[in-house]
Amino acid sequence: MFTPLAFASILPEILILIVGMLILIIEPFWKEEKRRNVGWLAAGGLFAAMIVSLIVGRPGEPLPTFGGMIRFDWLGFFLKMLFMFAAAATALLMMDHERLAARGEAYLLLLASLIGMNLMAVSADLIMLFLAIETASIPLYVLAGFMLGDKRSTEAGFKYFLFGILATTIMLYGFSLVFGFSGTTDIYRLAEMFKVGEIAPLTAFGVLALIFVGIGFKVTFTPFHFWVPDVYEGSPTPVAGFLSTASKAAGYAVLLRLFFVAFPGSNLSVAWTTALVVFAAASMLVGNLLALPQMNIKRLLAYSSIAHTGYTLIGVAAFTQFGAASVVFYLAAYILTNLLAFGVAMAFSKATGLEDLRDYAGMSRRSPWLGLMMLTAFLSLAGIPPFGGFIAKVIVFAAGIQAGYVWLVVFAVVMSVVGAYYYLNALKFVYLYRMPNQDEENHPIPLSRPYAIALIALTIGVILIGTVFAPWFQWSNAGALNLF
Amino acid sequence: MNFPVLSVITFTPLVAALILLMIPADRKNETRAVAAASAAFTLALSLWVYFTYDQTLGGYQLVERYDWLPALGISLSLGVDGISAPLVLLTGVVMFTGVLISWGDERPHVMAGIQDRPREFFAFLFVLAWGVFGVFVSLDLFMLFFFYEIAVFPMYLLIVIWGWNVTREYAAMKLTLYLLLGSVIALVGALAMLIVQYQNTGVLTFDMLAMESAGFSQQFQIIWFLPVFLGFAILGGLWPFHNWSPDGHVAAPTAVSMFHAGVLMKLGAFAALRVGIMLLPEGAKHWSWLIMLFAGVAVVYGAYIAFVQTDFKYMVGFSSVSHMGLVMLGFSTLNRDGLLGSGMQMFSHGAMTALFFAVVGMIYDRAHTRQIPELGGMSKIMPFAAVGFIIGGLVSMGMPLFSGFVAEFPIFMGVWQVNWLVAVICSISIIITAAYIMRIVRQVFFGDVPERFEGHLTDITILDKTALVTLCFFMVIIGLYPKFMAPIVQTGVDNILRLLGGS
Amino acid sequence: MDFIANHFLALILLLPAAAALIMLFLPKDEVKLLRWFAFGASLLPLALSIGVWFQFKSFQPGFQFRERYEWYEAIGSSFYLGVDGLSLTMVLLTTLLTPLAILASFNISERVKAYMILFLFLETGMLGVFLSLDLLVFFVFWEVGLIPMYFLINQWGSANRNYASMKFLIYTMGGSVGLLLGIQLLGVLFGTFDLLVLTQRWTSLDPDATLLGMSVSTVKTVAFWAFVVAFSVKVPIWPFHTWLPDAHTEAPTAGSMLLAGVLLKLGAYGFLRLILPLYPVEARYFAGALAFLATAAIVFGALSSFAQTDFKRLVAYSSVNHMGFVVLGIAAAALASGTPDAVIAMNGAVLQMFNHGLSAAGMFFLVGVIYERTHTRNLEEYGGLFTLIPAYGAILIFTGMSSLGLPGLNGFISEFLVVRGTWPIFTGYVAISMAGLFFTGAYILKALKKVLHGPLNERWAHGEHVLTEVNAREILVMAPLMILMLWIGVYPAWILDVINKAVGFLF
Repeated sequence: MFTPLAFASILPEILILIVGMLILIIEPFWKEEKRRNVGWLAAGGLFAAMIVSLIVGRPGEPLPTFGGMIRFDWLGFFLKMLFMFAAAATALLMMDHERLAARGEAYLLLLASLIGMNLMAVSADLIMLFLAIETASIPLYVLAGFMLGDKRSTEAGFKYFLFGILATTIMLYGFSLVFGFSGTTDIYRLAEMFKVGEIAPLTAFGVLALIFVGIGFKVTFTPFHFWVPDVYEGSPTPVAGFLSTASKAAGYAVLLRLFFVAFPGSNLSVAWTTALVVFAAASMLVGNLLALPQMNIKRLLAYSSIAHTGYTLIGVAAFTQFGAASVVFYLAAYILTNLLAFGVAMAFSKATGLEDLRDYAGMSRRSPWLGLMMLTAFLSLAGIPPFGGFIAKVIVFAAGIQAGYVWLVVFAVVMSVVGAYYYLNALKFVYLYRMPNQDEENHPIPLSRPYAIALIALTIGVILIGTVFAPWFQWSNAGALNLF
Repeated sequence: MNFPVLSVITFTPLVAALILLMIPADRKNETRAVAAASAAFTLALSLWVYFTYDQTLGGYQLVERYDWLPALGISLSLGVDGISAPLVLLTGVVMFTGVLISWGDERPHVMAGIQDRPREFFAFLFVLAWGVFGVFVSLDLFMLFFFYEIAVFPMYLLIVIWGWNVTREYAAMKLTLYLLLGSVIALVGALAMLIVQYQNTGVLTFDMLAMESAGFSQQFQIIWFLPVFLGFAILGGLWPFHNWSPDGHVAAPTAVSMFHAGVLMKLGAFAALRVGIMLLPEGAKHWSWLIMLFAGVAVVYGAYIAFVQTDFKYMVGFSSVSHMGLVMLGFSTLNRDGLLGSGMQMFSHGAMTALFFAVVGMIYDRAHTRQIPELGGMSKIMPFAAVGFIIGGLVSMGMPLFSGFVAEFPIFMGVWQVNWLVAVICSISIIITAAYIMRIVRQVFFGDVPERFEGHLTDITILDKTALVTLCFFMVIIGLYPKFMAPIVQTGVDNILRLLGGS
Repeated sequence: MDFIANHFLALILLLPAAAALIMLFLPKDEVKLLRWFAFGASLLPLALSIGVWFQFKSFQPGFQFRERYEWYEAIGSSFYLGVDGLSLTMVLLTTLLTPLAILASFNISERVKAYMILFLFLETGMLGVFLSLDLLVFFVFWEVGLIPMYFLINQWGSANRNYASMKFLIYTMGGSVGLLLGIQLLGVLFGTFDLLVLTQRWTSLDPDATLLGMSVSTVKTVAFWAFVVAFSVKVPIWPFHTWLPDAHTEAPTAGSMLLAGVLLKLGAYGFLRLILPLYPVEARYFAGALAFLATAAIVFGALSSFAQTDFKRLVAYSSVNHMGFVVLGIAAAALASGTPDAVIAMNGAVLQMFNHGLSAAGMFFLVGVIYERTHTRNLEEYGGLFTLIPAYGAILIFTGMSSLGLPGLNGFISEFLVVRGTWPIFTGYVAISMAGLFFTGAYILKALKKVLHGPLNERWAHGEHVLTEVNAREILVMAPLMILMLWIGVYPAWILDVINKAVGFLF
């Protein structure tokens, strides 16, 4: 069973596990004030894991391993790399969080969750999938509520937990129904059964709806978005960043594989793409409109992330290979961008303890570089070149138009202009307004080394995706190819 | 391969912006010097581009091509034709003069120009220039959008940070959202074109030269022409989408107004021409009456609104609407004369309005008011600026021997061939323009200096003068000797006519 | 030498502008240098145009000294110059009056540099209209002349200058818009602006064909009126003349000299050069209306003039009156082109243009001279000045007589020719205009009486306001004018010969 190939297919997870164990072993030996160095260990370990995986763990032709539990292909691999990058950045960002920094278990929980996400990206079996989702979620429930004694964090953790449990339960119910009707949990076999019509469409649709709830919770499209603002606001900022990027992207990985592979039958696809289109439009509308009045940067980013879910869904709804590629590409750009945004917020609140946009007044004078990074992140979110968000949006829109959803794209376009309003509005605080005494030079914002590394890496990444987009697109496209 | 001048000219501003960001914030004069040197370098390059363009050959020249995203047919392919070569020159000129004027006068009682954070200012300005050059030289539709958006967003910061503190927040947001909306709507159209061309030819490419022969069906062109053309025309200040423009211009700091009215509005017009008319010629033919209507209204209405302004800068802003209306009017004729005139008018208006805004800025920086009735006798204090403004005014009025005339005249000739009534009605704007220009010249520059300004105001600096002379030079040379520009534009127009099927 | 011989017209045209450009670099405080430089620069075109005059072969039809340079080929326009007898006369008038006007403005002491530069540009603008054989270039110079004039009035004029200059500008530009549109129409139709080609093709259009959705004759009629309005404003023909009294009155002396002396001729020249050749049919058809307006101008111009108490305004209205004769001659020629009567009328009209140039310039200068000394233009405040300043009085009387049309001086010759030529064609109008001519005598004499005769206003004899006699410079300005007035009055053949042949070729 453990052929080299099978080994390669879970190589990243194995490496992550090793890093986690290393942390467990080493951390107790470090003194309290040195414990934040666990972050270096985690980030460095993840980085090394990525390099090793890239060298020896690259997939070839799509291949089921572990008896069909796992699908070893580019799509999963590319997403894994993204998750690991996101986790590494998050680890760096956690290093100066006053409540997380010196707690080795926080990093461990992060890695555990990461393993779950990685497996979500490659699961080819409903049971495996469920396990992966749970592995990814449970550590995050803990992390969200990590700051004991902080009311909002506790609220966030609890809320996230309840919503999460509810959603996964419903999804599990869906899974079990699928098994009941078909007698299999293998996604690829399910696909064949759908094709030959062994499962009644109506039944399938009902089942799908249940599964949808679970995924909707993960990728946070409307109407399953209610938990998002509160959880993001209450969680420790790095965790919120991780939630809004890797966790969401993992949800998308599931969405892509489940729907592109398992339920592609023509009689079904119309129904569920219509549903997706409606969800997409609703997410864009709700996310963008509710983001408008937000003054808390984390809440703002929360609503904006709902809106971005909407844009991404256009690519899914397109139901083409190009659409899938556009989704993966969008996720890549979005993960980097949003992490950067949360990173900046983290760096700022680390120095000032503040999260309100109004307190960002004069920030570009206090730290020109941090200002530029925030500019990068927010303009990328707004979809303006030369940043990743622009090209990602263009590709998603192109996929939408190709699939004939012109009205949806027009709607998205209008919504993205609404989005530009609040992003630019935030930048106005950063660049235009001054601190009350106009003495910004006396209030610099120091950047510790882990932050500097993480933020610079993310900034460069965002700009790279936005300018040299060819390799990124090729990877995304290669991943998308695996779905067909 | 020859020296890749177009990529150098496109990316010089970006490099300059990065260099500027590296300079410590308190080294203001060094910052300015670097900015001025980069701008001068770009101007030299743009002159080179303009004069190496071989007008006997026509077509796209100085072409460069680098594959960027082959999977989607995106390539960084650059080249200039007869329409864009003058615009590249214009960008070089306006950028150079804009930087000179932003240098300003640091003496505490004057404080003209940009004194607050010049480093960031110039860096953003150069990013803007990067986008502008990119649009003018792009032969790839995707890259055109890419640069187009780059040219739009720095405006927001430039206006909001260094703008007129009364309206800057409102105006900057309005401007940016308007332009973004326009560009993304045009983007939707462009994506539709991409997909259809893929279906027609089986080749996925954003190359505009390839798209020209993509064989879009007439119905497709008719449906998509309006979103594409109007989307871009928003930036061109076309009535009724011009609303952002006067507010934006007024709120922007001087150099940005110059750049915006001088170059960015051309960007919209140029993209509308390049993407709208050249790629969707049948659509253009079908809708030309509507464009002509809008443009005609813009010409007359813009002039009238400018006439009734009491704010100097608003007046100039609305005059831009009127003059850009003429450009669009020329486009809408879809014939040789009209397009030729539009090509010339883009340059002429660019130089002229840059000069206007420069002078307005010089006066406002010193007098701290732009209310026309509160000003007076400025020719006694800054005679150089007065002469410059008068020359600009003459261009604006379409006075012969200045570039405005040689540009407007063919436009009207073109309109005659389509609809004589429009030509007659639009000619009213000439009188209105003459009236407001002469009124403003008289009220602002002549007469007596109001008492509260006596002894407080200083003359403009030598850099300001250099900038004014540069702008005037081009306006006069084209007016005296249209051959300086007309044959080049002509080659571009011939190409458009070929696409339009020789109509 | 060859260069000069080959580029006579271009040199005449561009020398003033070149001099103006050089002046930009002269120090602005060296007032004397500036004045003499400008004066000297304006003498060069005069010398050249006299040279052209003598080399001009009046017996040869068509345009001579033609030069053609590339200008705006993209729309079919070239820089095309040439003269015939008609334009040569006007060129001579312009190059003669400009140095005199510059000499007359030596008393300007405020911003001399700008003033002189504008003046030289103005000369180029005026000359360009007369010299160009390309319709677009014609229009270019037509408009360009406006701007220096506007600033001359606006900056160096008297009290009400803002109003007057604006009115001048808006009226003339408003008029030009029609011209512009008409020129565009022609350019669009034929793809060229070459006047000779246009004349031929435009007149040979089939009147029944359709253009722009209308019949050719309708289009032509509309275009005809567009041209007529533009030129009528400039001439000015009643009722488009209301800008004139204001502009002339408010302009500085030298500005008024050129306004009346040359700028008004631009309009008349437009009639002769463009309207009659391009629209012979329409011109004939509407000649009656034109004659009516001309008569109205003569009569109302004279009456208005008579009613003035402002000396300068009086002279200004006299221009309306005098230019009426020019238009009357043109109307007659339009109606009866080809007949000997028409040729006579036309001869008169052209000569009247020249003569009015001399006398109006002279009159305005003399008004300026007295105004400079008294700072009033109110006729009631003068009186009996002849005894104080006899030389001035003599000159004024001489010029007045020329203006009034006294036989032996130039005015008589031209007015006689116009009336003689028009009589058989528009008998009724001529009869009425003779009444106008009577009033011409009346207002001139009234002016002379009020200024020179009657009881002496003591104010000017003693004290701080004491009047001084004309000085040498002022006599120098008037001398050439008076010599020409007398010369043409006694021996008109030298100039009529050229005019007559040109008119003969044209019509």
